[in-house]
Amino acid sequence: MSSPMSTPGGKRGRPSNPSTPASEAATSPPAQRRRGQPSSNGDLPLMPTSPPTDMPDPLQDTSLFSSPRRSVLPSEVDMSSPLMYGTPSSRVDGTPRSGARGTPARQRPDLGSVRKSKQVDLQSEPVSDILTTMQPAGQRLVIWGTDVNVATCKEKFQRFLQRFIDPSSKEDENSCLDLNEPLYMQKLEEISIVGDPVLNINCGHVSSFDAELYRQLVCYPQEVIPTFDMAVNELFFERFPDSILEHQIQVRPYNALKTRNMRSLNPEDIDQLITISGMVIRTSQLIPEMQEAFFQCAVCAFSARVEVDRGRIAEPAVCRNCNTTHSLALIHNRSMFSDKQMVKIQESPEDMPAGQTPHTTVVYAHNDLVDKVQPGDRINITGIYRAVPMRVNPRQSNVKSVYKTHIDVIHFRKTDEKRLHGQDDENEQRLFTEARVQTLRELAAKPDVYDRLSSALAPSIYEHEDIKKGILLQLFGGTRKDFSQTGRGNFRAEVNILLCGDPGTSKSQLLQYVFNLVPRGQYTSGKGSSAVGLTAYIMKDPETRQTVLQTGALVLSDNGICCIDEFDKMSDSTRSVLHEVMEQQTLSIAKAGIICQLNARTSILAAANPVESQWNPKKTTIENIQLPHTLLSRFDLIFLMLDPQDEAYDRKLAHHLVSLYYQSEEQLEEENLDMAVLKDFIAYARSYIQPKLSEEAGQALIEAYVEMRKVGSGRGMVSAYPRQLESLIRLAEAHAKVRFSDKVETIDVEEAKRLHREALKQSATDPRTGFVDISILTTGMSATARKRKEEITAALKKMLQSRTKTPVMKFQQLFDDLRGQSETAITKDQFEEALKALCDEDYLTISGKTIRLAT
Amino acid sequence: MPSTNDWINNPLGVVEEMFGASQNSSDSGWEAKVTEFFRQRLMEKDAHTWVPSLNDVPLHYLKPNSLVKFRCLIQDMFDPEFYMGAYDTVDPSTKAKVLRCGKYKDVTECGVDLDSANMVTSERQTFYCVPIPGESPWVKESYASTCQARVVPSTSYVPSRQKRSYEDDDEDDMDTQPQAQGHAHNAAAEAQGNGDSKRQETEAPSGQKASSPPLDLNFPLPGEKGPACLVKVYADWDSFKLNDTMEVYGILSVSPALSALSDQSDTSSSLILDPAECMETAEELRVHSPPASLVPRLHLIHTQRLAHNNPLLPPAALEDSAASLASTLGEMVSVRAELLAYFTQLLLGDVLAAEYLLLHLISNVYARRDVIPLGKFTLNLSGCPATAGPAYTEQLYCALQQLVPSAYRLSMTLQNMNQLRLVPRKDYVANRLLSGALQLAANTSLYLDETQLEQGQLDPAGVRNITALGNVISWQKVDYDFNYHQMEFPSNINVLIASEGRSLLPSDCHVHLQPQVTPPNMEAYLGSALTAQSSSQLNKFRLYLTMARTLDYSISEEVTKAVEDDFVDMRKDDPQSISADDLHSLLGVARLLCLSLGQSALSTDAWSRAKHIETLRKSRSEPQGCLNGNEP
Repeated sequence: MSSPMSTPGGKRGRPSNPSTPASEAATSPPAQRRRGQPSSNGDLPLMPTSPPTDMPDPLQDTSLFSSPRRSVLPSEVDMSSPLMYGTPSSRVDGTPRSGARGTPARQRPDLGSVRKSKQVDLQSEPVSDILTTMQPAGQRLVIWGTDVNVATCKEKFQRFLQRFIDPSSKEDENSCLDLNEPLYMQKLEEISIVGDPVLNINCGHVSSFDAELYRQLVCYPQEVIPTFDMAVNELFFERFPDSILEHQIQVRPYNALKTRNMRSLNPEDIDQLITISGMVIRTSQLIPEMQEAFFQCAVCAFSARVEVDRGRIAEPAVCRNCNTTHSLALIHNRSMFSDKQMVKIQESPEDMPAGQTPHTTVVYAHNDLVDKVQPGDRINITGIYRAVPMRVNPRQSNVKSVYKTHIDVIHFRKTDEKRLHGQDDENEQRLFTEARVQTLRELAAKPDVYDRLSSALAPSIYEHEDIKKGILLQLFGGTRKDFSQTGRGNFRAEVNILLCGDPGTSKSQLLQYVFNLVPRGQYTSGKGSSAVGLTAYIMKDPETRQTVLQTGALVLSDNGICCIDEFDKMSDSTRSVLHEVMEQQTLSIAKAGIICQLNARTSILAAANPVESQWNPKKTTIENIQLPHTLLSRFDLIFLMLDPQDEAYDRKLAHHLVSLYYQSEEQLEEENLDMAVLKDFIAYARSYIQPKLSEEAGQALIEAYVEMRKVGSGRGMVSAYPRQLESLIRLAEAHAKVRFSDKVETIDVEEAKRLHREALKQSATDPRTGFVDISILTTGMSATARKRKEEITAALKKMLQSRTKTPVMKFQQLFDDLRGQSETAITKDQFEEALKALCDEDYLTISGKTIRLAT
Repeated sequence: MPSTNDWINNPLGVVEEMFGASQNSSDSGWEAKVTEFFRQRLMEKDAHTWVPSLNDVPLHYLKPNSLVKFRCLIQDMFDPEFYMGAYDTVDPSTKAKVLRCGKYKDVTECGVDLDSANMVTSERQTFYCVPIPGESPWVKESYASTCQARVVPSTSYVPSRQKRSYEDDDEDDMDTQPQAQGHAHNAAAEAQGNGDSKRQETEAPSGQKASSPPLDLNFPLPGEKGPACLVKVYADWDSFKLNDTMEVYGILSVSPALSALSDQSDTSSSLILDPAECMETAEELRVHSPPASLVPRLHLIHTQRLAHNNPLLPPAALEDSAASLASTLGEMVSVRAELLAYFTQLLLGDVLAAEYLLLHLISNVYARRDVIPLGKFTLNLSGCPATAGPAYTEQLYCALQQLVPSAYRLSMTLQNMNQLRLVPRKDYVANRLLSGALQLAANTSLYLDETQLEQGQLDPAGVRNITALGNVISWQKVDYDFNYHQMEFPSNINVLIASEGRSLLPSDCHVHLQPQVTPPNMEAYLGSALTAQSSSQLNKFRLYLTMARTLDYSISEEVTKAVEDDFVDMRKDDPQSISADDLHSLLGVARLLCLSLGQSALSTDAWSRAKHIETLRKSRSEPQGCLNGNEP
């Protein structure tokens, strides 16, 4: 702190230097950008690069006149006119605009548009509150009211920029940077190439590099950030003396970890740097806010500029040129305005305690941050929290004892912006504390974690262990694989499950539970939803009269689970939209001139009742639920929820239900894993664990698949299709996620196989043979039934061939004849099917009750 | 008795005294002392009856800055606000600085020194409170009659008394608060200007007449009356939940300066670019700082949560007064018999339906297991005689309203279903929660009259409304519409559906009415049944219903065993006869049956009785059930 301060002590002067070259005026910031800038601020290193006209600079570049509350000094004011910025290169006598001096500073209304309510009484304290005062004793300069020493702070920050390396950075912005080089120096280089003069600084980095600096940044952002700006610009123009920027680089810190939640804001946060998350609910129109008023004398055309101070403009009463009183008039189009926008944000639903309504906060965005966010965006905001007293009446002195609070934004960060790039971002913002991660990992390390979790799932629903396990794996999902390079697009990672079974077997409760558990769940009932309700519809916005695309349940549950109750009662047209969603995971829409494809990477958990209200064990699944098999084959697991009708089961069930009615709530909670833990566990696994197939697991899968196919082939049936193999892979991956393992191992495959077999055993059992038969699901008919049909057809054909002399026959007669010939019973349906098959072969024609052989 | 009532008439005096004392002694706990002082005072015997209530005293009869109470439901929660907890004022002439306390006040004194180092910024939370929706008239009357505050005029008062009460006030206040009195007059005059001169109460939008910009007071139910109130909470606001019912004691603030804000924004001088003022929409300002004469502010000092809203029972938790209630417990069986007889009469001689109605009225969601609410008991009373027109269901509702603390009859006409807002919705322009008819306090009886439903088409809003009703019935939750997302709020509403056939809405229990008598003149029959009950009899019923609902319940090991055996046996005989769901409802019925008899543990007798009435009920509704397909 000693060196930069001591040298130029004498240069510090009052800002009344009347004559400064016009070229210099351009660099003198009109606002407080450079307030607190010490006179010595590293001019020496810059000297060689600066044009010679910069020589008197140190005199000019004193901190005082950039004080926000400086008095009006017409000579400077005139010269620092923004109009002169207009043609920057012409100003400096043909010298190309370069270096910190040549680049105009830009006002930062985000730092000072609303001044602190606490002002220094000018009578008692002649020094303005942010003026750098000199304490003669210790040669230590601090900004008034803080403990920030400008020079030290600057030096520290420059060191931070030059040295900070974060090899473990995971942020996407840094993806193309060399992680072993100083991060921010690379970013400065980027600025010099791209020309966007904004440097975003992660406060977490500052904090890990220099905790004291971080503390100062959070506590005195209004003072420290301009210091940072200064430091960056010096450094930048030293490195890249020739780069031309629109204005000087502005530092935008983000991720100040002080506050995460809107609800925890309290009076102590006022005027501090905070970061909160929320959702934008409303944005105002652009508001031009006057920064500097331009007055012109009506008599002599002399002009004067007055800076807006605390929302007020001190209109000059006397023209200093011709001494006429009240001759100055405000010229609007020569005054300076900055953009401003009011944004309202609301707490995100996840952050809220139950039973309360969300809080809202007003946020002001300035300059280029205007219009950066839209209603509905989830964002993290870093800014300065402000409170201003409200006046009951402008002419009265008693104020309402309430403050208006708002946040001046410094940095917006959309939490869901990456959705555009198709990455899984679901829990991006959900940061887990170290302790939480630790407990989750401990839980995952337990050998019985799978059973624990599945029993924690919907504990009020008795038994159905395998179904719960299936749903658990669905919650975790598989690993997303991208084959778009090879032309197949994304592979589905989501597991779809269908529950079907008797009424009153708590299917709906299970669905409700899942819907409540997952952050992006949707619950619809097949009876009450239409195709558009599931996909998307176009409507006219009543306010803007524009057509807007309103997304339906499937799109809304992207990356979540869509629970569809009463799946069987859904109309066919509605069901047909599910085909695309359930395999391609997209939704194509072409209506009202909007043609688009939306992502719908949703898992589907559906529940269906049997057609005859009670499950008929003598029929196949298809016959019982009457769903098109094209749809059924898209479900990875199809579970039957049947009444087991077994005494021991009944007893346990009764006990379970009775206990619901007298156990106190505390008892219940002790018994099981907390729902919150389960939620976090799933969220963590989904976002951090991406298991890959190991060699053995791959082998095991191949074996399992071959085995599945072999089982059927012996009897002339095919019992597995590639879709089933994909299901197996997904289930195995999900099971690996439960273990927090990065590798899919043989045990995962074993469990996937077991579960798949369990589900199959229940749903794809051919009631006629008792064998597991996948073809029930894929063709809607069991292989034995198909074989039988072929036999009958052949027999019928043979019989017909034997009697070619009578080309016309009666239906009933033929049926009786065939029945007489065959040793097994033939139903009328089967007979009709056989006839139809022959008819398709053009062997015969049917007209009413007569059958005619084709000739 | 000025000394005893000082804390009621001038509570700010007490606050300031304590604040002043704390400044000298550097004792920081003055805030706790204030709340403790008022709590102690209110604990004293009958002391709380001396505090006038906003519910039954018109606003202009209440002195500004006096202690008042308000029985209300939290309808909306506004953003927390920062205020000056303590500040210096400077006398312009003498330059003397005085430290003032800003707590429990809306407006500061003149001459605030904004730069003083003594300024303390504190935080408080604002709740928008409305009277408990659907509160039955008898509850209102009963509360009003027990209130002993002097300013209380009865519900019907004559102008002469009006005058006297003014004089009373004047005498008391002349010396202490002449200025405040002026406010009161202003408020009164203003208030009387836009309503009836006889009885001034702010009214729900349906009845809004003259006041220039009709301010929607946002009552959940249409046609409600009563004041709405902005309650400022100073501590522990996280413990309050939306839709909580409570009785708040606080300092009334009706300073006209509060509402002046919106009027003067246009006249403010042009050069003031105060960003805070130009940003908020006019709607938001109007909603968040409505005229104090319409929506008074209440600075909360003490709250009494209402576990129930029955004035016949002490408001506190039941344990405190267990002794006094022991006698009533003993009477429960006899009262139950009388009530059953009364219901039987109302339900045209159908004893079974009467029994179920009784069980329904004492049901209460006592716990939630995952997503399943336990204890709910939605009753669908089908077979309501349609020939008599709406008269029967209406009369039945009147009878129920006389028994329960709060009730609402939603007549399910097509128009109502399509147009009524049932689910509360967030209005982002005005930044408030627009209330809906399903924003009800716990244990409110919602009476759905399906006999009114006629043929026609439901529009999307109507479908949403039906879905919302279904959600309330099945899961006891309401999904409030926050435009960008929905938020689930648990509810605890007793839903009774009166219909001709089986209702289109789900229900826990469906009873088909089998009238034993067919009175020629339905209206006269029911009318006489209604009037036959003496008020003391009605009070007994009311007490009984609230008591039975709050009883504890348990099942012993032996009974559990018996129930299990029973269940297994029943399944053995015929697996189709009883499913898990049936057992669920059977256990629910058994629980309510025990509570209705004043027993706190399940007995085998009650179990078999529950089985018996369930069988009876099922045998009735079976032919009906077949028509409705395979609804679980």
